[in-house]
Amino acid sequence: MLSQLGEEAKLLAGGQSLIPLMKLRFANPKHLVDLNFIPGISYIKEDKSALRFGALTRHSDIENSTTAAKIPIIHDCAAGIADVQIRNRGTIGGSLAEADPSGDWAVVLSTLDTSLRCIGRKGERAIPLQKFITDAYTTVLAKDEIVSEVLVKIPPTGSGGAYLAFKRAAPVYPTASAAVQLVMAEGVCKEAAIALGCVGLTTIRPREAEAALSGKAMDEKAIGAAAEAARVAADPQPDMRGSAEYKRTLVAALVKRAIAAAVSRARGERVEVSHLYA
Amino acid sequence: MPKAAVKPKKVRMRKPAGEGVIEEAPITVSVNGKSYTLSVEPRLLLVELLREQLDLTGTHVGCDTTYCGACTVLMDGKAVKSCTLLAVQADGAKIMTVEGLAKNSELHPIQKAFGECYGLQCGYCTPGLMMSTYQLLSSNPDPDEAQIRKAIAGNTCRCTGYQNIFKAIQAAAQKAKGV
Repeated sequence: MLSQLGEEAKLLAGGQSLIPLMKLRFANPKHLVDLNFIPGISYIKEDKSALRFGALTRHSDIENSTTAAKIPIIHDCAAGIADVQIRNRGTIGGSLAEADPSGDWAVVLSTLDTSLRCIGRKGERAIPLQKFITDAYTTVLAKDEIVSEVLVKIPPTGSGGAYLAFKRAAPVYPTASAAVQLVMAEGVCKEAAIALGCVGLTTIRPREAEAALSGKAMDEKAIGAAAEAARVAADPQPDMRGSAEYKRTLVAALVKRAIAAAVSRARGERVEVSHLYA
Repeated sequence: MPKAAVKPKKVRMRKPAGEGVIEEAPITVSVNGKSYTLSVEPRLLLVELLREQLDLTGTHVGCDTTYCGACTVLMDGKAVKSCTLLAVQADGAKIMTVEGLAKNSELHPIQKAFGECYGLQCGYCTPGLMMSTYQLLSSNPDPDEAQIRKAIAGNTCRCTGYQNIFKAIQAAAQKAKGV
């Protein structure tokens, strides 16, 4: 159908980004193809090494899923997106395919081993998340291709992660957000993945912040160095939510808190993480 | 790719008859237990269908930008913002609006609680808040404080009367014992 309708068609998943964009005339597609009537593309499955999410799985289904909660950072993300009403409609596949610079899923899932199963006329392919989003609102999806499944590898034993956003109110996009996923062994960080949201056109991976944690004990010095490196790596635009400097400072604080929660979770502690509201 | 069980009447691939002419789509939707078969423009929002075609003006339009939640209705039991859904997307769905709360001229416990606790000032946000409350209590009859606050985070009260709204929801939970 997409190849028939051509360039001017757009896919409608949950519609919680696209319909507001259409109202503002930022998007003006001639045709909308509603994916919501396709059966069997909303599910959460677990196999030996991965969690699989059907592209049209709603945020609220992930929020309430005990399977998804096996990767706590995924629960943080699903439970913190906007508000109840938006979580009831918005989908994981739609959020990634829309590639909104302020979307939550791309930030969180980039700290995990994530790939997207995509289906088009030429067949099926798996695209790693870091190659999927190329720019704001831009992905490598072909015009006649759709996301069918999001596949997330289950992190190794000793892992812990957390996602934190700072928001002015529930329904709005975060001012800034930080996702931290660690692999710990005997108090030492073996691997660190850090991602920053809303402070660049796409998710920012502050590699120096990750390097500041790798191989180190999680003391104040290492965490402080990581937060400082994240502050420098952030590339925010000043807007009504705050100046660039304000957002950088915010990022550093969020990274610190997320690291603390990730470390506790890696120890097997149950830590509730909730977004911070202005 | 799984074969799409698209309802045959749903998508018509014909080109539009001309600029400015919008082909209508047939939908069947249940609203407050009553079934309607209608022909709607594909661009019509669900809230416009409810208010302007079905005269159910209890559902309000506040911000029209997916923020304020005044337009909240239940779609198949889930709270949704009806300003951010197209009417054609409700094809085959069960919609419940604030008008569906009262039964046989008897107010619903949620409505009674909002009245008794003065959980409203100007009343504009009230229908949306009551529908969000309905979803909360239908899945969680005995919510704690944090759960109540989270459940109504998508509903803005511009009078800022949240404390009484909060008390009303607690009272509704007591009265309703599940909805």
